[in-house]
Amino acid sequence: MDIYLPIAAMSQDVFVLLTLGGAVGFLSGVFGVGGGFLLTPLLIFIGVPHAVAVASSANQVVGASVAGALAHWRRGNIDFQMAIVLLIGGFAGSAAGVSIFALLRRIGQIDLTISLAYAVLLGTLGSLMLAESSRAMLRLRGAGAGRRKLHQHTWLHGLPFKMRFRRSKLYISALLPLSLGFFVGVLSAVMGVGGGFVMVPAMIYLLGMPTAVVPGTSLFQIIFVAASVTVLQAVENTSVDAVLALVLLLGGVIGAQLGTRFGTLLRGEQLRALLALLVLAVAAKLVFDLTLHPADPYSLETPGP
Amino acid sequence: MRQALLLLLLLWPGSAGAAEPLIADLTSHFVAITTGFTGADVVLFGATDAPSDVIVVVRGPIRDAVVRRKSKVAGLWMNTREVTFTGVPSYYAVYSTRPLDEIMPPAMRTLHDIGLANLRLGVGRPDRSAQEAALFRDALIRQRRQQGLYAEATGGFNVLNGELFHLTLAFPAAVPTGNYTVQIFLVRGQRIVAAQTSPLYISQAGIDAEVDDFARRSALGYGFAAVAMAALVGWLSSLPFRHA
Repeated sequence: MDIYLPIAAMSQDVFVLLTLGGAVGFLSGVFGVGGGFLLTPLLIFIGVPHAVAVASSANQVVGASVAGALAHWRRGNIDFQMAIVLLIGGFAGSAAGVSIFALLRRIGQIDLTISLAYAVLLGTLGSLMLAESSRAMLRLRGAGAGRRKLHQHTWLHGLPFKMRFRRSKLYISALLPLSLGFFVGVLSAVMGVGGGFVMVPAMIYLLGMPTAVVPGTSLFQIIFVAASVTVLQAVENTSVDAVLALVLLLGGVIGAQLGTRFGTLLRGEQLRALLALLVLAVAAKLVFDLTLHPADPYSLETPGP
Repeated sequence: MRQALLLLLLLWPGSAGAAEPLIADLTSHFVAITTGFTGADVVLFGATDAPSDVIVVVRGPIRDAVVRRKSKVAGLWMNTREVTFTGVPSYYAVYSTRPLDEIMPPAMRTLHDIGLANLRLGVGRPDRSAQEAALFRDALIRQRRQQGLYAEATGGFNVLNGELFHLTLAFPAAVPTGNYTVQIFLVRGQRIVAAQTSPLYISQAGIDAEVDDFARRSALGYGFAAVAMAALVGWLSSLPFRHA
């Protein structure tokens, strides 16, 4: 059964979209990642225009992260103070990102930028995850090794505008979360991702937040960054397809619940290796598309009325 | 349905064999793109006063089109050259009873803008050499043909008695919306003896039209509504697990 997507101005099989949303929701249920970083490239593979894929993914991320953040909020695992500082940076970053996006679209380089950004990011992420999970599977990690010092002083702690974050038990410069938020905001706007896969490691290793509050705080601020990207993309580029986002979300709701249950059945490092291979496969496909001789070097775009 | 229409035409006072050399019309002047839209057929039917050739030209709304060419830069294929054509029909299809070059001399086809080879595109910007401009023009037509938005077809006419005909105009799912014109030319002895133009309007309808209209007319409100919709679905989906 086909469904007509009004902003993408194309027909897509509704079951393909539901499956796609379901698969991405399943992954987020299993691995606890947002899944936006897989959704955008998959939408591009099935023929949705790059710009619409990015903007509608951001819209889908809003819904997916509301569901996730609520679960963490009920357990009290959100550092609201940190989230607000990250958000201030995030709003500025998403505004900058959407302007960059509009500029790239005008000069005809948006498709290249999105594909390239995804290839680099997914390639790096996939390799790191694969290395980490294979180490874990080979049990090369001795027990107790790799435990971090509770507090390490680097030049980052010498920065001005220090702030106390009670929930995270941190006393660090506000510039750190501000610039982290800004960077992830730009990523979110250009790539349509929530940015959790950058935000989570940065919160742990760069800011030094306790692991328990990281996912909730990350998800909570992603809601608002993705929301601001959605609104800005709608205004600046008219590229948000709400019908597409809704179908993806409906699939995602079912997928996430199945994924959560499935996730408890499998061993962690095997799951992570699987995800790593999946991420690398998507990156490889993007690299091939960028480097192989295109079937037709000419492409056509019809700017909207 | 089609038979009934043809019968109606046959009985029409002054149709076949009367003063009018050509009478033709569409079964519908409106195509609605709704949620399940996968393309649409519109039937053109007509009568001529004697056996002759018919050419039908369907033209969609005029838009700009940007054609870009990729070349390899540092191992990556990226867009390096572009030409913007203004005044490009977003849809263009020609149907003829026999191949165009057998029916009509080239000068006449150029004059009436009939056939993809004679398709009039607006000026290309920026200025390129005639050779390069031609390559970009060809690329535009090639891409549109692949999308099913440009077509040239011979045959496809159902002819009765040599004087009554009907033809199915097939529009693909990706058909652009707006005002279309359907021109019908009656050709005899390499000359156009009669012509008629019929309007056709293709528009989104129902929920899709409202979403599209909302997104363009009040982009800010649409953005907030899209966010609210997503947040609501997210919240609802977390409800059954509240006590888990």
